[in-house]
Amino acid sequence: MHNPIIQIETLSIELSGNPILKDISLSVDEGEYVSIIGPNGAGKTTLIKCLAGIHRNWEGSIQISKKPFNDYDSKTLARLQSYVPQAEGRTNPLTVQEFVTLGRYPHLSPFTTLNAADYIAIDEAIARAELQDFRHRKMNTLSGGERQMAFIAAALAQGTKILLLDEPSTFLDYRHQAEIADLLKKACREQGITVIAVHHDVNTAAACSDRIYALKEGSVIFSGTPSETAHSKILETIYDTEFITLPSSSRALPFVIAGGAV
Amino acid sequence: MKKPLLPLFILLFLTLATLAFAPLFGMAFIPFSATGQEREILISIRIPRVLTAFLAGAMLSLSGMSFQALFRNPLATPFTLGVSSGAALGAAIFIRLGLTFSIAGISGTSLGAFGGAMLAVALVYGLTRIKGGFTTTTLLLAGIAISFFFSSLILLIQYISGLSHSFRIIQWMMGSLTAADYPKLINLLPFLGAGGALLLFLHREMNLLMIGEDMAISRGVNVGLVKKLIFLAASLMVGGVVAICGPIGFVGMMAPHICRLLVGADHRFLTPASFLFGGLFLALCDTLSRTLIAPSEIPVGVITALLGGPFFIWLLLSRKNELEL
Repeated sequence: MHNPIIQIETLSIELSGNPILKDISLSVDEGEYVSIIGPNGAGKTTLIKCLAGIHRNWEGSIQISKKPFNDYDSKTLARLQSYVPQAEGRTNPLTVQEFVTLGRYPHLSPFTTLNAADYIAIDEAIARAELQDFRHRKMNTLSGGERQMAFIAAALAQGTKILLLDEPSTFLDYRHQAEIADLLKKACREQGITVIAVHHDVNTAAACSDRIYALKEGSVIFSGTPSETAHSKILETIYDTEFITLPSSSRALPFVIAGGAV
Repeated sequence: MKKPLLPLFILLFLTLATLAFAPLFGMAFIPFSATGQEREILISIRIPRVLTAFLAGAMLSLSGMSFQALFRNPLATPFTLGVSSGAALGAAIFIRLGLTFSIAGISGTSLGAFGGAMLAVALVYGLTRIKGGFTTTTLLLAGIAISFFFSSLILLIQYISGLSHSFRIIQWMMGSLTAADYPKLINLLPFLGAGGALLLFLHREMNLLMIGEDMAISRGVNVGLVKKLIFLAASLMVGGVVAICGPIGFVGMMAPHICRLLVGADHRFLTPASFLFGGLFLALCDTLSRTLIAPSEIPVGVITALLGGPFFIWLLLSRKNELEL
């Protein structure tokens, strides 16, 4: 019983003359958590940016909720899907509350102010990200992990069925990695939000996801469940380096470690 | 009272107080109760001048605020981006040509300045686009290059002008409010009205652009259109002010920055705060310019530059890496 909420067929894109994605096809079912993994330069970020509407010069077809991508106007699209960019260290002088409020933008018209539903969405998002104590702190005074939580809270406040994330937990300490993984899993399982996340770390991807797509040199070279992915042979073809897998007593999946020769 | 509102009310109160009392000061103190010739000076010279200073400061501050949001950089101002020079060039060409037409009551000089401002904005934006980003270095270098280029053209115009035109251009290039009167004050209003309304309308979009263009796009902002509208609004205001008062520097950098410290960076509050603070600031600077070496005057542009130079250096030194708002 497949109910694809995102369907991509033969998606290709060139950025400044270089082909970045080549004939990508993938589909994501409603309520699924799908991870995209792959080496640097594989086109993961570009794929997410195509979905978020930031790159528009692609060829092929993207369907959201069975409707062609380009049939949506940008605000309608933003009510269906939210986007969390790669944490690149750039901050802003807004408070957390103000920042999360910006997530409501696609629901507002220039002549309206925030209504009760907006405030509920904002409060709920802040509560889910456990940022109550940080509400009035400025974004540029937060740690990287807290700031990333605020970005995800803003995306949740947007109240969308789809959440697009670009490396949500890279560069963060272990506690924040765990908190973000937990927040995203809960959003997916409890709220039924479809999550598509680029993950740098295979173990994180495996622990969170229902399915994993692997990109390499702009093409999908593998797709499967986490347990199908966590094999050294498969990971070696994706990343061009040796892997070893360690069985874990606490979870069904083995852990994978790169550089098996070491 | 909630945080952004209290500072806003204080600013409003200070503004009203300044507008009420600043006209009393000048070459000589004139009390409210003055009669005869003194009363005449108060009403037909000092009051329009203080109001002009207020509106000019408010408009420069608003344009600085919007440039800063757009370029995500505290050093992006009408002055540093070369927009003031562009406006000055446009106005200088009109003064040189000796044209005195007006369209719908708006003087040709103002329209020329607006055109020059638009040209400068387009050039700076084009240059940063080609260089692929709004890094502080690119932005400042582009602004400086454009400033120099336009200033040279203004010098050329002065050189080939007769003595009377040339003197008018020099006097006005220093940034001065001496020529303020009611017709000039009224000439500012359409530029403030159109530019200010656009910015009030776009407060959420400015917030989103400030956090990043990709974020703005993903939230459904028509980024291309919004940028053009902000450029239009800022150019309208810079053009309107420069045509009347000459290129008064640094108000557009200092006022929004101090307001961000007072009311925060949310443009819903920052826009009215920048309007009030910029106006208040220039009205006070102008009062200083009229009183410090009375009976002579210091051009107000000299005073803002004397305050602005150190502020600029402080901004550069107080941020470690890339400059952020």
